[in-house]
Amino acid sequence: MTRTVLPARRQLLGVAGGLVLGLQLRTARAVSATATLAEVERQWAGGQPVREGRVQLEVAPLVENGNAVPIRVRLDSPMTAVDRVQEIVVFNERNPQRDVVRFSFGPACGRAQADARIRLATSQQLVALARLADGSLWSHHVDVIVTLAACVES
Amino acid sequence: MADEPRVRTLIHGTNALQRGVPAQIRITLGHPMENGLRHDGYGNVVPRNLATRFECKLDGVLVVAADLYPAIAANPFLAFWLRADGPGTLSFEWWGDNGFHHRETRDIAPA
Amino acid sequence: MTAARVLVAVLASGVVAAAGAQPQPRRSGLDFMSPALQALQRDDAQNPAMLWVQDGALLWRTPAGATGQRCADCHGDAAVTMRGVAARYPAWDAAAGQALSLAGRINRCRQRHQQAPPLAAEHADLLALGSYLGLQSRGQPLAPPADDRLAPLRAQGQQLWQQRLGQLNLACAQCHDQHAGQRLGGAVIPQAHATGYPIYRLEWQGLGSLQRRLRSCMTGVRAEPFAPDAPEWLALEAWLAVRAAGMAVETPAVRP
Repeated sequence: MTRTVLPARRQLLGVAGGLVLGLQLRTARAVSATATLAEVERQWAGGQPVREGRVQLEVAPLVENGNAVPIRVRLDSPMTAVDRVQEIVVFNERNPQRDVVRFSFGPACGRAQADARIRLATSQQLVALARLADGSLWSHHVDVIVTLAACVES
Repeated sequence: MADEPRVRTLIHGTNALQRGVPAQIRITLGHPMENGLRHDGYGNVVPRNLATRFECKLDGVLVVAADLYPAIAANPFLAFWLRADGPGTLSFEWWGDNGFHHRETRDIAPA
Repeated sequence: MTAARVLVAVLASGVVAAAGAQPQPRRSGLDFMSPALQALQRDDAQNPAMLWVQDGALLWRTPAGATGQRCADCHGDAAVTMRGVAARYPAWDAAAGQALSLAGRINRCRQRHQQAPPLAAEHADLLALGSYLGLQSRGQPLAPPADDRLAPLRAQGQQLWQQRLGQLNLACAQCHDQHAGQRLGGAVIPQAHATGYPIYRLEWQGLGSLQRRLRSCMTGVRAEPFAPDAPEWLALEAWLAVRAAGMAVETPAVRP
């Protein structure tokens, strides 16, 4: 079941009674803020099986400051026209919203590898999910412990 | 002098490229990435103001695109890998809330 | 001047360090950070502060004020002429008849030579110029001048450092001299050497001055921060420069 969303605005749509609205527009994504990590993984996978492996999510297991956490996602792939990675996405478990970042790799991309700096509200699980050109789906779940700075500016 | 604040970016890795050899490009966008959940000193909510999408293209061909969410830290940093087989023009483009849009280009000449 | 000679000269100028007060060996806040954050500071391609440094380089070459003078018109290439300058501040300014921080000196130049208004401490342009000039001293030892005229200011700063403040009734020295390296909540207490200012503080998600950091320390012990133009800020900065004399300048640093 789909619902039209104004493409110019990015909106957060709530989950209603188990129905999850998934919409693929260039500038709009429907992501529920209250969905669980497992739910958004299932939504992204679209009912296809996901296997743990091949994709790697690199993040320090112990993070001293959740304000700027370096992460790297990668999957070793020749990145040819037929044997390539289409996208790698990262979801989180305990931030206010599940999405972290979604990378799409185009023809001029040299490696299926990308870095970002993210915010983590608390200790939680992160997952990187990769979609390959052959349709296979892969995941890597990582637990991160976040210790917050003691002196918070009022 | 323009009234709107200048968009600041750092772009590294577009020099010293070699034909056909993957090279890492690292970029930073100066942007507060306000998630709309913080409060200022008076207890008022600081309004949401996010950069939401980034695209890098080589002569119009996509290198990498990224959808950015509130979990991305302020002054968003991204690194990705380019493979250029010859000279061309790289474009770096960002979009975000409040009509935010910024585009820059770099000419490349891989050896 | 070598670090040792600086220390001897400074001590000879009348500043008395409380016996056994300073943590030894002296360690930068960089040492107390995780490897990932250390990498963030050390890599100019990743350090967010470089956004401000880039601006500072641009401002250096931009006409300002009624005269339309650029910093570069008098000072040329900052990488050459400003090398080591930031490491020697706060310094006595003869024309002003008082000590000035680097930010204060930049503002004086703006007023005197560009006929441009002075900038507030957290103004983006002042932070940009401060970080750009600080970068020209990066890696060099902090070298507070052996200047007797700075002695009263440094003594005042040292006294403030040792003075209990706020509802928590804590002195800077208690945390950062006596308990540095121990933990407060989830974080390690650093020695608090001001070697990397202006800093990109993760909590601010932006660049800020030493004054801003000190202000949040005072708020942290539930003390009313000094007024923005109070002389106490410069006194503390002057004392901190002596306290960290010889340590490497890290501007622009990244800190939690």
